[in-house]
Amino acid sequence: MNRFVRRMAWRETRGSRRRLLLLTGAVAAGVAALVAVNSFAANLRESVTQQAQTLLGADLSISSRREFTPRVAALLDTLVAPDPAHGRAPGRKATVVSFAAMGYVNRTEGVRLVQVAAVEPGYPFYGAIRTDPDGTWSELQEGGRVLVDPSLLTALDAGIGDTLALGESRFVISATVLSQPGNVAVAASFSPRVFIAAADLAATGLLRFGARVEYEAFLELADPDRATAISEKYRPILRPERTRIRSVEENRSDLTEALTQLSDYLGLVALIALLLGGMGVASAVHVFIRQKLDTIAVLRCLGARTRQLFAIYLLQALAMGALGSLIGAGLGGALQQVLPLVLADLLPVDVRVRLDPGAVALGVGVGIWVAAVFALLPLLGIRSVSPLVTLRRDVEPLRRRRDPVRLLAALALAGSIGALAVMQAGGLREGVGFAAGTGAAVLLLWLASLGLIRGVRRWFPSRWPYVWRQGLANLYRPANQTVTVVLSLGFGAFLLSTLFLVQHNLLRDLRVWGEGRQPNLGFIDIQPDQREGVLELLRAEGIGSPEAVPMIPMRISFVKGEPVVLGPSGGSGATDGDGAADDPRDDSDAEDPEARPRWAFRHEYRSTYRDTLVDSETLVEGAWWDGQMPSAAGPVDVSLELDIARELDVTVGDEIVWDVQGLRVASRVANLRRVDWARFEPNFFAVFRRGVIDEAPQFFVTLVRVEDPATRGLLQRRTAERYPNVTSLDLSSLQELLDDILSRVALAVRFMAGFSLATGAVVLVGAIATTRFQRVREAVLLKTLGATRRQVLRVFFAEYAALGFLSAGMAVVLSGAAGWVLSRFVFETSYALPYAALAALLGAVVLLTVGIGLGNSLDILRRTPLEVLRSD
Amino acid sequence: MLRCEELTQTYLSGGRPLTVLKDITFALEDGSFLAIVGPSGSGKTTLLGLLAGLDLPASGRVWLDGADLTVMTEDERARIRSAKIGFVFQSFQLIPTLTARENVQVPLELRGEPSGARADELLGQVGLGDRLDHYPAQLSGGEQQRVALARAFSIRPKILFADEPTGNLDARTGRTIIDLILELNEAEGTTLVLVTHDADIASRARRTIRLSGGRIAEDRTAA
Repeated sequence: MNRFVRRMAWRETRGSRRRLLLLTGAVAAGVAALVAVNSFAANLRESVTQQAQTLLGADLSISSRREFTPRVAALLDTLVAPDPAHGRAPGRKATVVSFAAMGYVNRTEGVRLVQVAAVEPGYPFYGAIRTDPDGTWSELQEGGRVLVDPSLLTALDAGIGDTLALGESRFVISATVLSQPGNVAVAASFSPRVFIAAADLAATGLLRFGARVEYEAFLELADPDRATAISEKYRPILRPERTRIRSVEENRSDLTEALTQLSDYLGLVALIALLLGGMGVASAVHVFIRQKLDTIAVLRCLGARTRQLFAIYLLQALAMGALGSLIGAGLGGALQQVLPLVLADLLPVDVRVRLDPGAVALGVGVGIWVAAVFALLPLLGIRSVSPLVTLRRDVEPLRRRRDPVRLLAALALAGSIGALAVMQAGGLREGVGFAAGTGAAVLLLWLASLGLIRGVRRWFPSRWPYVWRQGLANLYRPANQTVTVVLSLGFGAFLLSTLFLVQHNLLRDLRVWGEGRQPNLGFIDIQPDQREGVLELLRAEGIGSPEAVPMIPMRISFVKGEPVVLGPSGGSGATDGDGAADDPRDDSDAEDPEARPRWAFRHEYRSTYRDTLVDSETLVEGAWWDGQMPSAAGPVDVSLELDIARELDVTVGDEIVWDVQGLRVASRVANLRRVDWARFEPNFFAVFRRGVIDEAPQFFVTLVRVEDPATRGLLQRRTAERYPNVTSLDLSSLQELLDDILSRVALAVRFMAGFSLATGAVVLVGAIATTRFQRVREAVLLKTLGATRRQVLRVFFAEYAALGFLSAGMAVVLSGAAGWVLSRFVFETSYALPYAALAALLGAVVLLTVGIGLGNSLDILRRTPLEVLRSD
Repeated sequence: MLRCEELTQTYLSGGRPLTVLKDITFALEDGSFLAIVGPSGSGKTTLLGLLAGLDLPASGRVWLDGADLTVMTEDERARIRSAKIGFVFQSFQLIPTLTARENVQVPLELRGEPSGARADELLGQVGLGDRLDHYPAQLSGGEQQRVALARAFSIRPKILFADEPTGNLDARTGRTIIDLILELNEAEGTTLVLVTHDADIASRARRTIRLSGGRIAEDRTAA
């Protein structure tokens, strides 16, 4: 690049530096978000690697939903036994048994569903569990005491030293657990953890039939390096035992993968901000070049070649991109300090924040690249500037038909967006999907804004007062920035609004449950001998005729004559999922489409028997039965939920053999039902006809509606006192919890979406600065013609209000559609629009736009006509 | 030095072709001074643009110093301009972001030649030695046109094209500018092509071509 180009590039910034700086801002916000997220992701990976052993607390973990079979128990013993042949010392083993139970404190009358962990001495072998008071973890094993999550004390209104009742035992709350490596804080607010010594477990009497218990053995090996080899060797053997095994390394890679996904998603939101910034750059360069037409024409007259002219302005764009990127990287570094605070509750590790040089380099590089590639198309306009412009104004541009360079530039732009998306999404499919989705949203916003601009022009409200007409006319005048501003502001608002709508509808479902006549209090795990007692308790509090629904745990043995084989395949992440609502979505495998059919086969079903359909069910295929099974011989009729039948690949008439606690029961699919899972009702995948399995071991569930919160609390406490193994669930507290958790998850995304909005604001400021010259002239002209400052201000107000209204309106409409798609097909909830909240969002965006717009136009108003005419 | 043959230019006007120049043919000696005159809309500026290679004719050819401008690409013509042509415009056409000195330096910088001393010298010659670092907006119209003159002569052009150089100036300033052009013209032996309305200025030219309705109405050489 020759000296002339460098010098001209620098000199040509004179008089436009403020404007150029604003454009660096457009790049800076996106780069800041990108650097912060990527650097943070690097920190996360590093922290997980460093804390890998601590996160598992052992070299190996072996876990199951059932008590370890003799085979598994024997294997555990072998693994920690000394091995003189190889000169290996013995290892150590500690088992943790976890399950849900009701905990209550008599003094405060507080009662709460908790997650009990009965811990054997030694756990954790690596790392430490931080407690308050400090160092009390080891005292747990002295017995008679519990360590609890701080959130439990808040929920129960209790303190250290209080007595916590768990089942038939009473414990002293001796300390709170501040952090347990590998655990996510948000999970604790769902059901707070309570740690007891394993030796105290039996006395509580809580492990009764039907309880959902997880057994996890933690092993410290004499030779930790063998952990992964052992895990891989025994996984195929353990799988048919419904037992999973994980080594530190496998745990680390699972965690890293999950966390990478989280940061990938945040990174994509950051990328959106950057791409919006790119659009700001493109539009500014476009306007900038238009204002430089004379200079370009003069330089051509003086003998400058196209390449040189192109180089001058490309160099400016690059310098602008570089400066913006560097500022962005600095901001990103600062921002990174905040991210852990926003995300802390979602992360299982303590993150050590350190600016990652790789992330900074990447962010700066990407920023410059985005600035360059977006500037390219408008810069190509330089080639069509004729030197004849120096002689006459109305010169037609040098025309080039079928311009291959322009096509190449457009391809480079599209390719770059695709490549950046693939890079940031961490996968080809995700990246292309993201690029396509973003592209579609941008396209829609773009078309909508074009349509509206045309609409305003076509159906211009010519009877409106002058200031409004002038303001609206500004939307489509030459060199307007309407599309860019609407796109960037609109996209930011669209993201925020969509997020809000999804959250709103997820929570609304819960609220709907909470209202009307639907149940809001549930009791589970009621044993047959407790059934009458629990119902009597409910009746005593004035609940009409509570019903107890039977539940029978069972698994599938044969489908259409084929035995169900639990293959040795499957990653270390595979577990036997088993949720309270028998919902497949709580299974970690459910994410993997290929794992889902397997899930349907190996799942532990909790089925019931009854004579009639309930409100939340509709018969889809086959006929409902009438009365009991006529005889105990032959297969029993069963009704399957539609989706599960599809996954098992069975239909009416097919045979399924169930393993009901060791006993084989043959069944014939009599009909298929559709179930509305969103209703808080005892819903089932499989419903049996009465008469055959009624005698199987079972427990009961009852759901009732109790209006008074105090009565709900009282019922929960009474049941917990009298029947400690019965767990209860208050729907309104569940609702609060979900609200809390969703808000925390949404906060992270909202935080990033804010960058998109910030970029929109910067682009808006830039757009105003870019058209400033024109605005100053107009304002002066209006003032010269006798307009007051107030009137000029109102013209500007009309324009910005229209811009803001356009952006926000489009965003709200689009997000309404996107929210519907997400709610309907991804979250499968019903959908309704919160009109008031959307109106508030709309108002906020309009206010923001008007505020920024007027704030930046004020000094235009302060200039006197003479000042402007002189400098002209 | 400069020769054109059957130059014809048409523009689209309201979707229909409008002929603004028709069959212009003439030749010009080295070092001569040609004034192109005629009423508004007679095609003076169009002719100047074609002769200087700023535009391409609908038909006909232009040779400048032996090279056919009409067969060249825009960049090839730019090279010719950089090497041989100087321009003075009615509206000065200084680059607003550059100082007086920098404006004069641009043509030399484009050629990769040292420019500072030459710019200072030329600006001194046109009487602006004390305004080197002023921006165009800080100069009067006459001063701006003098900077434009210094810029035009900075590369010692073989030919100078001037489009109504005094059109935006008062009569006295205009005369000074013309004097300067002629002075520099004589000192450097530059060929001069000047478009003007002004009969006084035209009378100082050795040769005058009068255009009317896009054709040469009169081609007169002073004795």
